[in-house]
Amino acid sequence: MIAAWIVVERNLLSYRRTPAVLLSAMFEPFIFLFGLGIGLGKLIDTVEWHGEPIEYAAFVAPGLIAVSAMNGALFEMSFNFYFKLRESRTYDAMLVTPLGLRSVLDGELSWAMIRGGLYSVVFLAALAAFGYLESWWALLIPLAALLIGLSFASIASWATTFVRGWQDFDLFFLATQPLFVLSTTFFAIDVYPDWAHPIVYATPLYHGVDLVRDLARGTVAWSSFGNIAYLLVMAGVGRALATRRSAELLTT
Amino acid sequence: MERAVHAAGLTKRFGDFTAVDGIDLAVESGESFAMLGPNGAGKSSTMRMISTVSPATSGELRVLGKVPDTDGPAIRSRMGVVAQEDNLDDALTVRENIMIYGRYFGLSWSDARRKALELLDFAQLTDRADAQVNSLSGGMKRRLSIARALVNDPDLVLLDEPTTGLDPQARHLLWERLYQLKERGVTLLLTTHYMDEAEQLSDRLVVMDNARIVAEGSPSTLIAEHVSKEVLEVRYPADATVDLESLGHRIEPLADRTLVYTDSGEATLAELVNSGRTPSSSLVRRAGLEDVFLALTGRRLVE
Ligand SMILES: Nc1ncnc2c1ncn2[C@@H]1O[C@H](COP(=O)(O)OP(=O)(O)OP(=O)(O)O)[C@@H](O)[C@H]1O
Ligand SMILES: [Mg+2]
Repeated sequence: MIAAWIVVERNLLSYRRTPAVLLSAMFEPFIFLFGLGIGLGKLIDTVEWHGEPIEYAAFVAPGLIAVSAMNGALFEMSFNFYFKLRESRTYDAMLVTPLGLRSVLDGELSWAMIRGGLYSVVFLAALAAFGYLESWWALLIPLAALLIGLSFASIASWATTFVRGWQDFDLFFLATQPLFVLSTTFFAIDVYPDWAHPIVYATPLYHGVDLVRDLARGTVAWSSFGNIAYLLVMAGVGRALATRRSAELLTT
Repeated sequence: MERAVHAAGLTKRFGDFTAVDGIDLAVESGESFAMLGPNGAGKSSTMRMISTVSPATSGELRVLGKVPDTDGPAIRSRMGVVAQEDNLDDALTVRENIMIYGRYFGLSWSDARRKALELLDFAQLTDRADAQVNSLSGGMKRRLSIARALVNDPDLVLLDEPTTGLDPQARHLLWERLYQLKERGVTLLLTTHYMDEAEQLSDRLVVMDNARIVAEGSPSTLIAEHVSKEVLEVRYPADATVDLESLGHRIEPLADRTLVYTDSGEATLAELVNSGRTPSSSLVRRAGLEDVFLALTGRRLVE
Protein backbone atom coordinates (compact mmCIF):
# COMPACT_ATOMS: atom_id res chain seq x y z
CA MET A 1 0.00 0.00 0.00
CA ILE A 2 2.60 2.52 1.13
CA ALA A 3 4.99 1.38 -1.58
CA ALA A 4 2.31 1.90 -4.24
CA TRP A 5 1.63 5.37 -2.86
CA ILE A 6 5.27 6.37 -3.39
CA VAL A 7 4.80 5.60 -7.08
CA VAL A 8 1.81 7.99 -7.04
CA GLU A 9 4.07 10.59 -5.42
CA ARG A 10 6.50 10.18 -8.28
CA ASN A 11 3.72 11.03 -10.73
CA LEU A 12 2.56 14.02 -8.70
CA LEU A 13 6.14 15.26 -8.73
CA SER A 14 6.45 14.81 -12.47
CA TYR A 15 3.19 16.66 -13.23
CA ARG A 16 4.01 19.48 -10.84
CA ARG A 17 5.93 21.27 -13.55
CA THR A 18 3.44 20.54 -16.34
CA PRO A 19 0.00 20.98 -14.78
CA ALA A 20 -1.33 22.13 -18.19
CA VAL A 21 -1.32 18.50 -19.36
CA LEU A 22 -3.70 17.58 -16.55
CA LEU A 23 -5.80 20.71 -16.77
CA SER A 24 -6.41 20.66 -20.50
CA ALA A 25 -8.13 17.28 -20.30
CA MET A 26 -10.22 18.69 -17.50
CA PHE A 27 -11.88 21.09 -19.93
CA GLU A 28 -12.76 18.45 -22.48
CA PRO A 29 -16.11 17.46 -20.96
CA PHE A 30 -17.09 21.13 -20.80
CA ILE A 31 -16.47 21.49 -24.50
CA PHE A 32 -18.68 18.48 -25.21
CA LEU A 33 -21.32 19.73 -22.82
CA PHE A 34 -21.59 23.18 -24.39
CA GLY A 35 -21.04 22.05 -27.95
CA LEU A 36 -23.21 18.97 -28.07
CA GLY A 37 -25.29 18.91 -24.96
CA ILE A 38 -26.53 22.45 -25.14
CA GLY A 39 -26.22 22.86 -28.92
CA LEU A 40 -28.01 19.64 -29.77
CA GLY A 41 -30.28 20.22 -26.81
CA LYS A 42 -31.86 23.09 -28.73
CA LEU A 43 -32.96 20.58 -31.34
CA ILE A 44 -33.62 17.58 -29.15
CA ASP A 45 -35.51 19.27 -26.35
CA THR A 46 -36.02 16.41 -23.89
CA VAL A 47 -34.97 12.78 -23.52
CA GLU A 48 -36.88 10.12 -21.69
CA TRP A 49 -35.00 8.60 -18.72
CA HIS A 50 -36.73 5.98 -16.53
CA GLY A 51 -40.07 7.19 -17.84
CA GLU A 52 -39.42 10.85 -17.13
CA PRO A 53 -38.55 13.53 -19.65
CA ILE A 54 -35.27 15.30 -18.85
CA GLU A 55 -33.40 18.15 -20.47
CA TYR A 56 -30.88 16.84 -23.03
CA ALA A 57 -27.84 18.51 -21.39
CA ALA A 58 -28.79 16.94 -18.05
CA PHE A 59 -28.87 13.59 -19.84
CA VAL A 60 -25.49 13.99 -21.51
CA ALA A 61 -23.55 15.53 -18.63
CA PRO A 62 -23.28 12.41 -16.39
CA GLY A 63 -22.17 10.35 -19.36
CA LEU A 64 -19.36 12.83 -19.95
CA ILE A 65 -18.13 12.24 -16.40
CA ALA A 66 -17.73 8.56 -17.16
CA VAL A 67 -16.04 9.35 -20.46
CA SER A 68 -13.53 11.71 -18.88
CA ALA A 69 -12.70 9.20 -16.15
CA MET A 70 -12.08 6.65 -18.90
CA ASN A 71 -9.97 9.05 -20.98
CA GLY A 72 -7.81 10.15 -18.07
CA ALA A 73 -7.03 6.55 -17.22
CA LEU A 74 -6.51 5.50 -20.84
CA PHE A 75 -4.10 8.30 -21.55
CA GLU A 76 -2.06 7.51 -18.48
CA MET A 77 -1.88 3.77 -19.07
CA SER A 78 -1.27 3.98 -22.82
CA PHE A 79 1.30 6.60 -23.83
CA ASN A 80 2.76 7.22 -20.41
CA PHE A 81 2.86 3.58 -19.40
CA TYR A 82 4.45 2.58 -22.70
CA PHE A 83 7.07 5.29 -22.43
CA LYS A 84 8.09 4.24 -18.95
CA LEU A 85 7.97 0.56 -19.82
CA ARG A 86 9.94 0.60 -23.06
CA GLU A 87 11.62 3.90 -23.73
CA SER A 88 12.78 5.55 -20.53
CA ARG A 89 13.06 2.26 -18.62
CA THR A 90 11.66 3.96 -15.56
CA TYR A 91 10.30 0.68 -14.26
CA ASP A 92 13.67 -1.07 -14.58
CA ALA A 93 15.06 1.63 -12.32
CA MET A 94 12.22 1.17 -9.84
CA LEU A 95 12.55 -2.61 -9.73
CA VAL A 96 16.09 -2.53 -8.36
CA THR A 97 14.76 -0.71 -5.29
CA PRO A 98 12.76 -2.51 -2.61
CA LEU A 99 9.56 -1.71 -4.55
CA GLY A 100 8.20 -4.88 -6.07
CA LEU A 101 6.59 -5.17 -9.46
CA ARG A 102 3.16 -5.39 -7.85
CA SER A 103 3.62 -2.12 -5.96
CA VAL A 104 4.90 -0.39 -9.07
CA LEU A 105 1.91 -1.48 -11.14
CA ASP A 106 -0.59 -0.80 -8.36
CA GLY A 107 0.91 2.64 -7.93
CA GLU A 108 0.49 3.39 -11.63
CA LEU A 109 -3.09 2.10 -11.61
CA SER A 110 -3.87 4.17 -8.53
CA TRP A 111 -2.51 7.27 -10.16
CA ALA A 112 -4.49 6.69 -13.35
CA MET A 113 -7.59 6.12 -11.23
CA ILE A 114 -6.99 9.29 -9.21
CA ARG A 115 -6.50 11.26 -12.40
CA GLY A 116 -9.87 10.08 -13.72
CA GLY A 117 -11.51 10.78 -10.37
CA LEU A 118 -10.02 14.26 -10.22
CA TYR A 119 -11.66 15.24 -13.51
CA SER A 120 -14.99 14.01 -12.27
CA VAL A 121 -14.93 16.16 -9.15
CA VAL A 122 -14.24 19.33 -11.12
CA PHE A 123 -16.95 18.56 -13.67
CA LEU A 124 -19.35 17.49 -10.96
CA ALA A 125 -18.97 20.80 -9.17
CA ALA A 126 -19.75 22.62 -12.41
CA LEU A 127 -22.82 20.45 -13.03
CA ALA A 128 -24.08 21.13 -9.53
CA ALA A 129 -23.70 24.84 -10.20
CA PHE A 130 -25.71 24.53 -13.45
CA GLY A 131 -28.41 22.60 -11.59
CA TYR A 132 -27.99 19.40 -13.63
CA LEU A 133 -27.83 17.20 -10.54
CA GLU A 134 -31.11 15.90 -9.18
CA SER A 135 -30.14 13.71 -6.27
CA TRP A 136 -27.96 13.30 -3.19
CA TRP A 137 -26.79 10.06 -4.81
CA ALA A 138 -24.66 12.33 -6.97
CA LEU A 139 -22.24 12.68 -4.06
CA LEU A 140 -21.16 9.12 -4.84
CA ILE A 141 -20.21 9.98 -8.42
CA PRO A 142 -16.51 10.55 -7.59
CA LEU A 143 -16.36 7.00 -6.25
CA ALA A 144 -17.96 5.73 -9.44
CA ALA A 145 -15.44 7.75 -11.45
CA LEU A 146 -12.57 6.18 -9.48
CA LEU A 147 -13.94 2.74 -10.26
CA ILE A 148 -14.31 3.56 -13.95
CA GLY A 149 -10.77 4.95 -13.99
CA LEU A 150 -9.39 1.85 -12.29
CA SER A 151 -11.12 -0.64 -14.57
CA PHE A 152 -10.03 1.12 -17.77
CA ALA A 153 -6.52 1.70 -16.41
CA SER A 154 -6.17 -2.01 -15.64
CA ILE A 155 -7.27 -3.24 -19.04
CA ALA A 156 -5.34 -0.51 -20.84
CA SER A 157 -2.10 -1.34 -19.04
CA TRP A 158 -2.47 -4.95 -20.10
CA ALA A 159 -3.13 -3.95 -23.71
CA THR A 160 -0.15 -1.58 -23.68
CA THR A 161 2.24 -4.39 -22.77
CA PHE A 162 1.59 -5.72 -26.30
CA VAL A 163 2.34 -2.40 -28.00
CA ARG A 164 5.62 -2.59 -29.91
CA GLY A 165 5.91 0.94 -31.27
CA TRP A 166 4.15 4.28 -31.13
CA GLN A 167 2.22 3.57 -34.34
CA ASP A 168 0.45 0.67 -32.61
CA PHE A 169 -1.47 3.22 -30.57
CA ASP A 170 -3.57 4.08 -33.64
CA LEU A 171 -4.98 0.60 -33.33
CA PHE A 172 -5.27 0.92 -29.59
CA PHE A 173 -7.45 4.04 -29.84
CA LEU A 174 -9.33 2.72 -32.82
CA ALA A 175 -10.53 0.01 -30.46
CA THR A 176 -11.83 2.56 -27.97
CA GLN A 177 -13.93 4.46 -30.55
CA PRO A 178 -16.75 1.89 -30.75
CA LEU A 179 -16.92 2.00 -26.96
CA PHE A 180 -17.70 5.66 -27.20
CA VAL A 181 -20.37 5.13 -29.85
CA LEU A 182 -21.96 2.23 -27.99
CA SER A 183 -21.79 3.82 -24.58
CA THR A 184 -25.20 5.60 -24.52
CA THR A 185 -23.36 8.81 -23.66
CA PHE A 186 -25.34 10.79 -26.23
CA PHE A 187 -28.42 8.58 -26.79
CA ALA A 188 -30.45 6.45 -24.46
CA ILE A 189 -30.33 2.72 -25.13
CA ASP A 190 -33.82 2.58 -26.72
CA VAL A 191 -32.44 4.63 -29.63
CA TYR A 192 -30.28 1.64 -30.58
CA PRO A 193 -31.98 -1.21 -32.51
CA ASP A 194 -32.95 -4.22 -30.41
CA TRP A 195 -30.25 -6.47 -31.85
CA ALA A 196 -27.60 -3.98 -30.70
CA HIS A 197 -28.67 -4.00 -27.07
CA PRO A 198 -26.61 -7.04 -26.04
CA ILE A 199 -23.57 -5.45 -27.64
CA VAL A 200 -24.16 -2.26 -25.70
CA TYR A 201 -24.54 -4.22 -22.45
CA ALA A 202 -21.30 -6.04 -23.16
CA THR A 203 -19.17 -2.90 -23.54
CA PRO A 204 -17.51 -1.46 -20.46
CA LEU A 205 -18.10 2.23 -20.99
CA TYR A 206 -21.86 1.66 -21.09
CA HIS A 207 -21.69 0.39 -17.49
CA GLY A 208 -19.75 3.45 -16.42
CA VAL A 209 -22.15 5.84 -18.13
CA ASP A 210 -25.24 4.05 -16.85
CA LEU A 211 -23.92 4.00 -13.29
CA VAL A 212 -23.01 7.68 -13.20
CA ARG A 213 -26.30 8.70 -14.84
CA ASP A 214 -28.33 6.74 -12.29
CA LEU A 215 -26.39 8.41 -9.49
CA ALA A 216 -26.86 11.85 -11.02
CA ARG A 217 -30.63 11.33 -11.50
CA GLY A 218 -31.20 9.40 -8.28
CA THR A 219 -32.52 6.45 -10.31
CA VAL A 220 -30.21 3.91 -8.63
CA ALA A 221 -31.53 0.38 -9.14
CA TRP A 222 -30.38 -3.25 -9.11
CA SER A 223 -28.88 -2.61 -12.52
CA SER A 224 -26.45 -0.23 -10.81
CA PHE A 225 -25.02 -3.15 -8.85
CA GLY A 226 -24.66 -4.96 -12.15
CA ASN A 227 -22.68 -1.98 -13.47
CA ILE A 228 -20.46 -2.01 -10.39
CA ALA A 229 -19.88 -5.75 -10.59
CA TYR A 230 -18.96 -5.52 -14.27
CA LEU A 231 -16.42 -2.76 -13.59
CA LEU A 232 -14.94 -4.53 -10.56
CA VAL A 233 -14.42 -7.73 -12.52
CA MET A 234 -12.84 -5.78 -15.36
CA ALA A 235 -10.48 -4.05 -12.90
CA GLY A 236 -9.51 -7.33 -11.21
CA VAL A 237 -8.98 -9.30 -14.40
CA GLY A 238 -7.11 -6.44 -16.07
CA ARG A 239 -4.81 -5.97 -13.08
CA ALA A 240 -4.00 -9.68 -12.89
CA LEU A 241 -3.24 -9.90 -16.61
CA ALA A 242 -1.20 -6.70 -16.59
CA THR A 243 0.84 -7.87 -13.60
CA ARG A 244 1.67 -11.13 -15.33
CA ARG A 245 2.58 -9.53 -18.64
CA SER A 246 4.70 -6.81 -17.01
CA ALA A 247 6.60 -9.47 -15.08
CA GLU A 248 7.32 -11.25 -18.36
CA LEU A 249 8.67 -8.04 -19.87
CA LEU A 250 10.56 -6.60 -16.92
CA THR A 251 11.88 -9.53 -14.93
CA THR A 252 13.21 -11.95 -17.55
CA MET B 1 30.58 -10.64 7.60
CA GLU B 2 28.82 -12.57 4.85
CA ARG B 3 30.15 -12.83 1.34
CA ALA B 4 28.72 -10.11 -0.94
CA VAL B 5 28.01 -12.47 -3.82
CA HIS B 6 28.22 -16.21 -3.92
CA ALA B 7 27.29 -18.10 -7.08
CA ALA B 8 27.79 -21.74 -7.97
CA GLY B 9 26.84 -23.21 -11.32
CA LEU B 10 24.81 -20.08 -12.03
CA THR B 11 23.02 -20.42 -15.36
CA LYS B 12 20.73 -18.20 -17.40
CA ARG B 13 18.94 -19.40 -20.50
CA PHE B 14 16.68 -17.44 -22.83
CA GLY B 15 14.77 -20.18 -24.63
CA ASP B 16 17.44 -22.44 -26.15
CA PHE B 17 20.11 -19.82 -25.87
CA THR B 18 22.48 -19.99 -22.91
CA ALA B 19 23.60 -16.50 -21.88
CA VAL B 20 25.35 -17.57 -18.66
CA ASP B 21 26.68 -21.11 -18.52
CA GLY B 22 27.26 -22.43 -15.03
CA ILE B 23 29.57 -19.79 -13.59
CA ASP B 24 31.03 -19.71 -10.06
CA LEU B 25 31.62 -16.36 -8.38
CA ALA B 26 32.81 -15.33 -4.94
CA VAL B 27 32.87 -11.62 -4.23
CA GLU B 28 34.09 -10.93 -0.71
CA SER B 29 32.71 -8.10 1.35
CA GLY B 30 34.67 -4.88 0.89
CA GLU B 31 36.49 -5.91 -2.24
CA SER B 32 36.30 -4.45 -5.67
CA PHE B 33 35.57 -7.08 -8.26
CA ALA B 34 35.38 -6.79 -12.03
CA MET B 35 33.84 -8.91 -14.76
CA LEU B 36 35.70 -8.40 -17.97
CA GLY B 37 34.51 -9.64 -21.33
CA PRO B 38 33.54 -8.80 -24.89
CA ASN B 39 30.03 -7.98 -26.17
CA GLY B 40 27.56 -10.75 -25.50
CA ALA B 41 29.79 -12.56 -22.98
CA GLY B 42 26.95 -12.65 -20.45
CA LYS B 43 28.06 -9.88 -18.10
CA SER B 44 24.77 -7.99 -17.98
CA SER B 45 22.76 -11.19 -17.71
CA THR B 46 24.83 -12.09 -14.65
CA MET B 47 24.44 -8.61 -13.17
CA ARG B 48 20.67 -8.74 -13.65
CA MET B 49 20.46 -12.03 -11.78
CA ILE B 50 22.51 -10.58 -8.94
CA SER B 51 20.33 -7.47 -8.86
CA THR B 52 17.40 -9.88 -8.23
CA VAL B 53 15.31 -8.77 -11.23
CA SER B 54 16.16 -11.75 -13.42
CA PRO B 55 15.55 -15.22 -12.00
CA ALA B 56 18.36 -17.72 -12.52
CA THR B 57 17.49 -20.70 -14.71
CA SER B 58 19.56 -22.97 -12.48
CA GLY B 59 22.43 -22.92 -10.03
CA GLU B 60 22.92 -21.36 -6.67
CA LEU B 61 23.02 -17.64 -5.95
CA ARG B 62 23.29 -15.74 -2.70
CA VAL B 63 23.59 -11.97 -2.54
CA LEU B 64 24.53 -10.35 0.78
CA GLY B 65 23.83 -13.72 2.37
CA LYS B 66 20.28 -13.97 1.04
CA VAL B 67 18.48 -15.76 -1.77
CA PRO B 68 17.12 -13.48 -4.56
CA ASP B 69 13.99 -15.56 -5.21
CA THR B 70 12.70 -15.20 -1.67
CA ASP B 71 14.49 -12.17 -0.21
CA GLY B 72 14.51 -9.78 -3.17
CA PRO B 73 13.35 -6.65 -1.30
CA ALA B 74 15.75 -7.28 1.63
CA ILE B 75 18.67 -7.68 -0.76
CA ARG B 76 17.73 -4.66 -2.84
CA SER B 77 17.41 -2.46 0.26
CA ARG B 78 21.17 -2.91 0.85
CA MET B 79 22.26 -2.73 -2.77
CA GLY B 80 22.79 0.01 -5.35
CA VAL B 81 22.44 -0.81 -9.04
CA VAL B 82 23.70 1.15 -12.02
CA ALA B 83 22.37 -0.45 -15.18
CA GLN B 84 24.25 -0.55 -18.49
CA GLU B 85 21.75 1.79 -20.14
CA ASP B 86 20.96 4.94 -18.20
CA ASN B 87 17.44 4.77 -16.88
CA LEU B 88 17.14 8.10 -15.13
CA ASP B 89 13.67 9.54 -14.70
CA ASP B 90 13.59 12.18 -17.41
CA ALA B 91 10.31 13.68 -16.24
CA LEU B 92 12.16 14.88 -13.13
CA THR B 93 15.06 17.18 -12.33
CA VAL B 94 18.50 16.00 -11.25
CA ARG B 95 17.74 16.60 -7.58
CA GLU B 96 14.27 15.04 -7.80
CA ASN B 97 15.77 11.93 -9.35
CA ILE B 98 17.77 11.30 -6.21
CA MET B 99 14.98 12.33 -3.87
CA ILE B 100 12.29 10.09 -5.34
CA TYR B 101 14.79 7.23 -5.42
CA GLY B 102 15.31 7.80 -1.72
CA ARG B 103 11.54 7.56 -1.30
CA TYR B 104 11.53 4.21 -3.14
CA PHE B 105 14.01 3.04 -0.51
CA GLY B 106 11.72 4.23 2.27
CA LEU B 107 13.45 7.49 3.23
CA SER B 108 11.26 10.36 4.43
CA TRP B 109 11.09 13.40 2.16
CA SER B 110 13.30 15.39 4.51
CA ASP B 111 15.94 12.65 4.68
CA ALA B 112 15.73 12.26 0.92
CA ARG B 113 16.31 15.98 0.48
CA ARG B 114 19.33 15.92 2.79
CA LYS B 115 20.74 12.86 1.06
CA ALA B 116 20.26 14.49 -2.35
CA LEU B 117 22.39 17.49 -1.33
CA GLU B 118 25.16 15.20 -0.13
CA LEU B 119 25.11 13.04 -3.26
CA LEU B 120 24.89 15.97 -5.66
CA ASP B 121 28.09 17.18 -4.10
CA PHE B 122 29.67 13.74 -4.38
CA ALA B 123 28.74 13.56 -8.07
CA GLN B 124 29.82 17.18 -8.67
CA LEU B 125 26.36 18.05 -9.92
CA THR B 126 25.39 20.64 -7.32
CA ASP B 127 25.25 23.42 -9.89
CA ARG B 128 22.94 21.30 -12.08
CA ALA B 129 20.63 20.30 -9.25
CA ASP B 130 17.52 21.83 -10.79
CA ALA B 131 18.27 21.02 -14.42
CA GLN B 132 16.19 18.53 -16.37
CA VAL B 133 17.97 15.21 -16.81
CA ASN B 134 17.82 15.49 -20.61
CA SER B 135 20.09 18.52 -20.54
CA LEU B 136 22.98 16.58 -18.94
CA SER B 137 26.01 15.26 -20.82
CA GLY B 138 26.67 11.52 -20.93
CA GLY B 139 29.28 11.74 -18.19
CA MET B 140 26.95 13.75 -15.95
CA LYS B 141 24.12 11.27 -16.48
CA ARG B 142 26.43 8.45 -15.50
CA ARG B 143 27.48 10.31 -12.37
CA LEU B 144 23.86 10.96 -11.51
CA SER B 145 23.03 7.27 -12.02
CA ILE B 146 25.77 6.38 -9.58
CA ALA B 147 24.74 9.06 -7.09
CA ARG B 148 21.15 7.83 -7.24
CA ALA B 149 22.27 4.26 -6.58
CA LEU B 150 23.97 5.42 -3.37
CA VAL B 151 20.88 6.99 -1.83
CA ASN B 152 20.36 4.02 0.52
CA ASP B 153 24.02 3.85 1.64
CA PRO B 154 24.38 0.44 0.00
CA ASP B 155 26.85 -2.23 1.14
CA LEU B 156 27.14 -3.55 -2.39
CA VAL B 157 27.10 -1.51 -5.61
CA LEU B 158 26.67 -3.12 -9.03
CA LEU B 159 27.98 -1.09 -11.95
CA ASP B 160 27.36 -2.41 -15.46
CA GLU B 161 29.88 -0.75 -17.75
CA PRO B 162 30.08 2.46 -15.75
CA THR B 163 32.32 4.33 -18.19
CA THR B 164 31.44 3.01 -21.65
CA GLY B 165 31.02 5.87 -24.10
CA LEU B 166 32.68 8.49 -21.91
CA ASP B 167 35.67 10.60 -22.84
CA PRO B 168 38.95 10.02 -20.93
CA GLN B 169 38.42 12.97 -18.61
CA ALA B 170 34.92 11.85 -17.66
CA ARG B 171 36.20 8.31 -17.11
CA HIS B 172 38.94 9.47 -14.76
CA LEU B 173 36.49 11.54 -12.75
CA LEU B 174 34.25 8.50 -12.38
CA TRP B 175 37.13 6.25 -11.41
CA GLU B 176 38.12 8.70 -8.74
CA ARG B 177 34.57 8.66 -7.30
CA LEU B 178 34.56 4.86 -7.33
CA TYR B 179 37.88 4.80 -5.45
CA GLN B 180 36.26 6.95 -2.79
CA LEU B 181 33.43 4.46 -2.44
CA LYS B 182 35.88 1.62 -2.14
CA GLU B 183 37.77 3.47 0.59
CA ARG B 184 34.56 3.72 2.54
CA GLY B 185 34.34 -0.07 2.51
CA VAL B 186 31.60 -0.41 -0.10
CA THR B 187 31.80 -3.64 -2.11
CA LEU B 188 31.98 -2.88 -5.82
CA LEU B 189 31.06 -5.31 -8.58
CA LEU B 190 31.57 -3.88 -12.02
CA THR B 191 31.64 -5.04 -15.60
CA THR B 192 33.81 -3.52 -18.25
CA HIS B 193 35.24 -3.92 -21.74
CA TYR B 194 38.28 -1.96 -20.76
CA MET B 195 41.40 -3.61 -19.46
CA ASP B 196 42.76 -0.44 -17.95
CA GLU B 197 39.53 0.03 -16.06
CA ALA B 198 39.70 -3.47 -14.61
CA GLU B 199 43.37 -2.96 -13.73
CA GLN B 200 42.68 0.39 -12.12
CA LEU B 201 39.58 -0.45 -10.16
CA SER B 202 39.54 -4.11 -9.26
CA ASP B 203 41.25 -6.15 -6.58
CA ARG B 204 40.18 -9.29 -8.39
CA LEU B 205 38.44 -10.05 -11.63
CA VAL B 206 37.00 -12.76 -13.79
CA VAL B 207 37.36 -12.87 -17.53
CA MET B 208 34.13 -13.96 -19.21
CA ASP B 209 33.78 -15.22 -22.73
CA ASN B 210 30.89 -17.02 -24.39
CA ALA B 211 28.82 -17.30 -21.23
CA ARG B 212 31.68 -18.83 -19.21
CA ILE B 213 34.44 -17.68 -16.92
CA VAL B 214 37.76 -18.36 -18.60
CA ALA B 215 40.13 -16.96 -15.97
CA GLU B 216 40.07 -15.56 -12.50
CA GLY B 217 42.49 -13.73 -10.21
CA SER B 218 44.03 -10.37 -9.44
CA PRO B 219 45.16 -8.35 -12.46
CA SER B 220 48.82 -8.98 -11.66
CA THR B 221 48.50 -12.73 -11.08
CA LEU B 222 46.50 -13.13 -14.29
CA ILE B 223 49.21 -11.35 -16.23
CA ALA B 224 51.93 -13.39 -14.54
CA GLU B 225 50.09 -16.65 -15.17
CA HIS B 226 49.05 -16.20 -18.75
CA VAL B 227 51.52 -13.86 -20.42
CA SER B 228 55.13 -12.74 -20.14
CA LYS B 229 56.29 -9.52 -18.52
CA GLU B 230 56.73 -7.56 -21.71
CA VAL B 231 55.34 -7.39 -25.18
CA LEU B 232 57.21 -6.40 -28.30
CA GLU B 233 54.90 -5.20 -31.07
CA VAL B 234 56.46 -5.28 -34.53
CA ARG B 235 55.23 -4.26 -37.97
CA TYR B 236 56.62 -5.25 -41.35
CA PRO B 237 55.66 -4.11 -44.84
CA ALA B 238 52.66 -6.10 -46.13
CA ASP B 239 54.68 -8.04 -48.74
CA ALA B 240 57.50 -9.05 -46.35
CA THR B 241 57.66 -12.67 -45.19
CA VAL B 242 59.60 -12.75 -41.95
CA ASP B 243 59.90 -15.81 -39.76
CA LEU B 244 59.28 -14.89 -36.12
CA GLU B 245 58.33 -18.33 -34.84
CA SER B 246 61.13 -19.08 -32.40
CA LEU B 247 61.09 -15.65 -30.75
CA GLY B 248 60.16 -15.09 -27.09
CA HIS B 249 57.66 -17.31 -25.26
CA ARG B 250 54.86 -16.98 -27.72
CA ILE B 251 53.89 -14.89 -30.71
CA GLU B 252 50.47 -13.60 -31.64
CA PRO B 253 49.96 -12.50 -35.25
CA LEU B 254 47.30 -9.79 -35.63
CA ALA B 255 45.97 -8.23 -38.80
CA ASP B 256 48.27 -5.24 -38.80
CA ARG B 257 51.14 -6.29 -36.52
CA THR B 258 52.64 -9.16 -34.57
CA LEU B 259 52.90 -9.37 -30.79
CA VAL B 260 55.91 -11.12 -29.32
CA TYR B 261 55.63 -12.15 -25.66
CA THR B 262 59.01 -11.96 -24.04
CA ASP B 263 60.80 -11.25 -20.77
CA SER B 264 62.72 -8.39 -22.32
CA GLY B 265 61.34 -6.52 -25.28
CA GLU B 266 64.59 -4.67 -25.89
CA ALA B 267 66.65 -7.87 -26.00
CA THR B 268 64.24 -9.51 -28.43
CA LEU B 269 64.21 -6.45 -30.66
CA ALA B 270 68.06 -6.46 -30.66
CA GLU B 271 67.96 -10.13 -31.68
CA LEU B 272 65.73 -9.24 -34.66
CA VAL B 273 67.95 -6.35 -35.75
CA ASN B 274 71.13 -8.45 -35.41
CA SER B 275 69.66 -11.21 -37.55
CA GLY B 276 68.66 -8.80 -40.33
CA ARG B 277 64.93 -8.85 -39.57
CA THR B 278 64.58 -5.18 -38.58
CA PRO B 279 60.88 -4.29 -38.40
CA SER B 280 59.54 -1.15 -40.08
CA SER B 281 58.21 -0.09 -36.69
CA SER B 282 58.30 -1.50 -33.20
CA LEU B 283 57.03 -0.84 -29.68
CA VAL B 284 57.96 -2.35 -26.34
CA ARG B 285 55.33 -2.25 -23.60
CA ARG B 286 54.32 -4.06 -20.41
CA ALA B 287 51.89 -6.90 -20.84
CA GLY B 288 48.32 -6.18 -19.69
CA LEU B 289 44.96 -7.84 -19.32
CA GLU B 290 44.24 -7.31 -23.00
CA ASP B 291 47.07 -9.76 -23.65
CA VAL B 292 45.62 -12.18 -21.13
CA PHE B 293 42.35 -12.14 -22.96
CA LEU B 294 44.06 -12.65 -26.28
CA ALA B 295 46.08 -15.54 -24.88
CA LEU B 296 42.96 -17.18 -23.44
CA THR B 297 40.57 -16.76 -26.33
CA GLY B 298 42.69 -16.01 -29.37
CA ARG B 299 40.56 -12.91 -29.89
CA ARG B 300 40.88 -9.29 -28.95
CA LEU B 301 38.54 -7.82 -26.42
CA VAL B 302 37.54 -4.63 -28.21
CA GLU B 303 37.39 -5.21 -31.95
N1 LIG C 1 16.12 -10.90 -22.70
C1 LIG C 1 16.91 -11.60 -23.54
N2 LIG C 1 16.36 -12.46 -24.43
C2 LIG C 1 17.13 -13.18 -25.28
N3 LIG C 1 18.48 -13.11 -25.32
C3 LIG C 1 19.09 -12.27 -24.47
C4 LIG C 1 18.34 -11.48 -23.53
N4 LIG C 1 19.22 -10.75 -22.80
C5 LIG C 1 20.44 -11.07 -23.26
N5 LIG C 1 20.37 -11.99 -24.25
C6 LIG C 1 21.51 -12.57 -24.98
O1 LIG C 1 22.41 -13.11 -24.05
C7 LIG C 1 23.77 -12.88 -24.47
C8 LIG C 1 24.51 -12.21 -23.35
O2 LIG C 1 24.02 -10.89 -23.23
P1 LIG C 1 24.55 -9.91 -22.11
O3 LIG C 1 23.75 -8.66 -22.25
O4 LIG C 1 24.55 -10.59 -20.81
O5 LIG C 1 26.04 -9.67 -22.59
P2 LIG C 1 27.09 -8.62 -22.09
O6 LIG C 1 28.31 -9.38 -21.70
O7 LIG C 1 26.51 -7.72 -21.09
O8 LIG C 1 27.39 -7.83 -23.43
P3 LIG C 1 27.66 -6.26 -23.67
O9 LIG C 1 29.11 -6.06 -23.40
O10 LIG C 1 27.35 -6.08 -25.11
O11 LIG C 1 26.78 -5.51 -22.77
C9 LIG C 1 23.68 -12.05 -25.73
O12 LIG C 1 23.88 -12.91 -26.83
C10 LIG C 1 22.29 -11.51 -25.74
O13 LIG C 1 21.80 -11.38 -27.06
MG1 LIG D 1 26.10 -5.79 -20.98
